[in-house]
Amino acid sequence: MTKKQKKMRLRILISALLLAGMMAADRLFLLPAGVRLAGYLIPYFVIGYDILRKAVLGIRNRQVFDENFLMAVATVGALALGEYSEGVFVMLFYQVGELFQSYAVGKSRQSIAALMDIRPDYANLEQDGQVVQVDPEEIAPGTLILVRPGEKIPLDGVVEEGSGSLDTSALTGESLPRSVTVGESVISGCIDLDGVLRIRTTKEFGESTVSKILDLVENSSMKKARTENFITHFARYYTPIVCYCALALALIPPLFLGNWGDWIQRALIFLVVSCPCALVISIPLTFFGGIGGASQAGILVKGSNYLEALSKADTVVFDKTGTLTKGSFQVAQIAPVPGVEESQLLEWAALAESFSNHPISKSLKAAWGRQPDQSRVSQVEELAGLGVTAQVDGQSLALGNLRLMEKVGAQCPPERQEPGSRIHLALDGVYQGSILIADTLKPTAVAAISALKKLGVRQTVMLTGDSPAAAAAVAGELGLDSYHAQLLPAQKVERVEELLAQKPAGKTLAFVGDGINDAPVLSRADVGIAMGALGSDAAIEAADVVLMDDDPAKIALAIRICRKCMVIVWENIIFALGVKGVVLAAAALGLSNMWLAIFADVGVMVLAVLNSTRMLRVGKSK
Amino acid sequence: MKKTYKIEVDCANCAAKMEQAACRTPGVAAATVGFMAQKMSVTFEEGADPAAVMEQVVKNCKVVEDDCVIYI
Repeated sequence: MTKKQKKMRLRILISALLLAGMMAADRLFLLPAGVRLAGYLIPYFVIGYDILRKAVLGIRNRQVFDENFLMAVATVGALALGEYSEGVFVMLFYQVGELFQSYAVGKSRQSIAALMDIRPDYANLEQDGQVVQVDPEEIAPGTLILVRPGEKIPLDGVVEEGSGSLDTSALTGESLPRSVTVGESVISGCIDLDGVLRIRTTKEFGESTVSKILDLVENSSMKKARTENFITHFARYYTPIVCYCALALALIPPLFLGNWGDWIQRALIFLVVSCPCALVISIPLTFFGGIGGASQAGILVKGSNYLEALSKADTVVFDKTGTLTKGSFQVAQIAPVPGVEESQLLEWAALAESFSNHPISKSLKAAWGRQPDQSRVSQVEELAGLGVTAQVDGQSLALGNLRLMEKVGAQCPPERQEPGSRIHLALDGVYQGSILIADTLKPTAVAAISALKKLGVRQTVMLTGDSPAAAAAVAGELGLDSYHAQLLPAQKVERVEELLAQKPAGKTLAFVGDGINDAPVLSRADVGIAMGALGSDAAIEAADVVLMDDDPAKIALAIRICRKCMVIVWENIIFALGVKGVVLAAAALGLSNMWLAIFADVGVMVLAVLNSTRMLRVGKSK
Repeated sequence: MKKTYKIEVDCANCAAKMEQAACRTPGVAAATVGFMAQKMSVTFEEGADPAAVMEQVVKNCKVVEDDCVIYI
């Protein structure tokens, strides 16, 4: 609790004790009128002096529908009608509600700050064999810093010495440690688990990943959702309307029916219920919690408006390479002719490619898994557009496409339309078989698409610049609704515009890409989601939602979190307005009393705030 | 031009009122108050002097919410 809150707690306790004492005395003894009034006024002033002061200031500043003014009128009115204890109680409960609200908000803010506890406090510099701790902001790019086990990496950089594993969970929500070694780049905010690292920084602190992320999360609540703006708008009209109703209720019926005291009391109930606090505080709190909870799961939402939009996602459009697939080549199939072992074919291929660094060569070597013995290979010749020929163990080996097979006179099966590229192999002019190399699906891609379907996403579409055969294979395997292949970046935007025109009103379209070359599409979609954004500034800039790792399953999780947030928002709106409406109606008919009014004001606010705080835990329940 | 200021305000409704008050200030093109972030971001009209405009913004906010603080 802050100092302010502690002071308020003390005032509430003193006032409550005084009030209880006074009520007991009131029951037991027949007190003179003056003593009774004075006895109740003491706790009233203890608890309400600041409200009364603000009410007077409000009148002077012509802020009549200020909640302080309303509380002052309602309680003074109750006191004037002789309902001493009710008057004090209304003020007391109002202050309890305010204290609770300020405490809950403070707690939420703290727990979000704790979730985002990635800000490094210091960086270690080595000077004359001594380790000095320095503020990360003071370190220029190109400085060599030391990170010891258990410490946070303070700035983005490249490992110059040492190796170890990094805990990236604070950034990505991914619990598996990532291992790094010399020459690899590392990002700030990760925790070094073991091994001493010497890192050459590449960015200053303000430009480092950790600063960008903190900035993004802190400022995301500034972009307000439509529901949020609706509530502030609503509050602007709700309070004056209820107050005018109160005035009308106090003046008009008694002109005809008499019984002024009864009608004024009904009007005072209106004033107590007129405060829109429950909504005005709980709605932003819910969005704030949603953004915080999502960031804990490695999903950064750049504004409440995007959170609201993503909850209504109806069409999800994907980029293929790097989003649904790994974007790296792998051996997908080994097809030797009868009599040749798969491993034999792979060994030949790896040997022939042993001097090359082409992605395809790398994938062949990776599939074989051993270091090829280069002394067995000679006369390597790369033939552009065909493949490679070499002497392996004294035999002449040809590795490449069908044209190369024709050239060396090897008989081979006809070409097929298939995803990826097929590499054929011949030894001394005799065909030995082929290896299919293709981009592979991410392990969670299938589950990610079916999770989206389960959430009721109507359409899943894939846009790719790749060949129709490759696109068809991926789309078929994932069960996507449709795909468009061989698209240029500008054509992707056109396709997204077509889909935007087709979607039903009130629904949204989300585009998921890796953020590297699809910035125009990301900004054109209702919600642009960039994935694998760890370390990619361009993606963080262009997207509305940033997935810190490259797991497509996070998309469904993000939609679920957004939906839960919107459910809580609407629960609060309906609950608060419902209770207030019922109490107002009952008050007008004379069926309500001050206690119900207090519940409709403070009770509803407390319940709505408690409901909102459920959002803070959303990131943990994956 | 857009600038963000740190603020201190206790209640969410007051934050909403400050937002309105800031928006009404001459020289302010748009203003948003984030209650949870305790920040106010102000977009100034072209040619306006942010320092002078902010002084007025503070005055206007004090009228609607006496307790608020804006760090300029």
